[in-house]
Amino acid sequence: MEYEAVIGLETHCQLKTKSKMFCGCANEFGAEPNTNVCPVCLGMPGVLPVPNERALQLTALTGYLLNCEVPSFAKFDRKNYFYPDVCKDYQITQYDFPSTTTGHVDFEFGDGLERVRITRAHLEEDVGKNNHFEQHSGVDFNRAGVPLLEIVSEPDLRSADMAYDYLNALKDILIYGGISDCDMEKGMVRCDVNISVRPKGTEELGVKVEIKNMNTFSGVRRAINYEVPRQIETLESGGTLVQETRRWNDVAGITETMRTKEHAHDYRYFPEPDLMPLRPDEAWLAAVRSQVVELPLVRKQRFVIDYGIPAQDADVFVGNVPLGGFFEQAVKGAANPKAIANWVINNLQARLTETGSTVDDLKFEPSAIVELVAIIDAGTISSTGGQEVFAELFEDGGSPAAIVEAKGLAQVSDSGELEQWCREAIDANPGPADDFRNGKENAINFLKGQVMKASRGKANPQVVGETLAKLLKG
Amino acid sequence: MANNDFDIRYVANLARIALSPDEEAKLGAQLGDILGYVKKLEELDVAGVEPMAHAVPLANVLRADEVRPSIPQEAALANAPKQANGLFIVPKIVE
Repeated sequence: MEYEAVIGLETHCQLKTKSKMFCGCANEFGAEPNTNVCPVCLGMPGVLPVPNERALQLTALTGYLLNCEVPSFAKFDRKNYFYPDVCKDYQITQYDFPSTTTGHVDFEFGDGLERVRITRAHLEEDVGKNNHFEQHSGVDFNRAGVPLLEIVSEPDLRSADMAYDYLNALKDILIYGGISDCDMEKGMVRCDVNISVRPKGTEELGVKVEIKNMNTFSGVRRAINYEVPRQIETLESGGTLVQETRRWNDVAGITETMRTKEHAHDYRYFPEPDLMPLRPDEAWLAAVRSQVVELPLVRKQRFVIDYGIPAQDADVFVGNVPLGGFFEQAVKGAANPKAIANWVINNLQARLTETGSTVDDLKFEPSAIVELVAIIDAGTISSTGGQEVFAELFEDGGSPAAIVEAKGLAQVSDSGELEQWCREAIDANPGPADDFRNGKENAINFLKGQVMKASRGKANPQVVGETLAKLLKG
Repeated sequence: MANNDFDIRYVANLARIALSPDEEAKLGAQLGDILGYVKKLEELDVAGVEPMAHAVPLANVLRADEVRPSIPQEAALANAPKQANGLFIVPKIVE
């Protein structure tokens, strides 16, 4: 029997705020342990949490970016459980009335586009960080109370690679929107993976296994690639799967049982009595909507369609937004978008990287690239000359035409002068000249090189080739 | 009227309290009485009344995203039964 995997992801990401979710402690990675803490995030008795408005805005913004509904009513709830990194013995989260619901993410997968439905994206607080030692564990509460967005997908993913591409697309969206820095090294994105298998073509969901706390996307991919065959093999060998939570052992490359359904948590959710409900009004939502940015995929498609540039070039402009912005300014109304994209990607980007500068530091306007491409296309300068003009432009600014003039880079297409150089080259190199006459066509390239040298690179190579051929055959 | 629609051992386990058989009987009866009392609310006809998230008629009580001073590490750890290197030391977490 052929099986298919059914995969859903719960992706947690830390929001990009200055302060924590319910108190004024800094939302900052890497501080000395237990220094960004206060009675609120340490769960002392008698304290009163107050929600961070920016975190709520970023949550609603995420909703809009993920095509979600942003309901006019939401609230916070307590999720009760005992664990050393939860100092209050409950986590504040959103249970039955989350801040966003029912959306979708479109992303590129293989040769086409895929859509994963989003169940909800709800706001909660992060928990402390556990450090494990030989005999004990040690808890740092700096992370406790950092605003955390949990983005829950529908079980629309069918493979490890698809999950991987979805996660990367989601990450790009969150970075684009300024929602989260998504720095994996700093644990800003973590993921729970729900996996089941079912006979292909059937609708009913199989027994679900949850793999908790994945902190790399490649780990997610490896874990799915292990877990799916494990489930299929279990079924095919006549075994039964149990609903359970498993952990990914990255060293061994396997998943292991953490707890089965009998030991499942009973979180006893109830409305958080310390917090008032949320009723975002139209003005507040409109202010959030004004922060909506163009999604990476939409941007890519727009660049490919509007400017006719290759998808790989569009990817560069999606990955490097300021560079794409520069390209767009240059390309408006220009004749040769592909050539402009080439210069911006191959030359400008390279120089910016080498010099550690940004497009804001440039000494020339985007229109200078258009001018440069135009004079190359017109044959006024060679592409080598173009490199020289660009180098000068990058160094000191100015206009390409003026640089061509000042450096005497204009190509010589004038037949009189060219013919003179060509004759000299033929006279000085009878060997190659004879070779050409005897049918060795490549021999002309040597002569061409001699003419270019004599002209100090200024001769128009195409005209040189034509002139040489004419003289040699004549 | 008492409501005994619960398992006192399950509830005790959730709260991580160890109860002796005597305590189970006593606290179970008391909890049953409390639940029975609260159950009286079910007699009210609340059809057409929107569920409330909070008894106080307020919404959107928020704060601006501004950093305020935290407390010193010594103060944070002052009540820790055990501490080392600025961390709260707890029994080894196995899960």
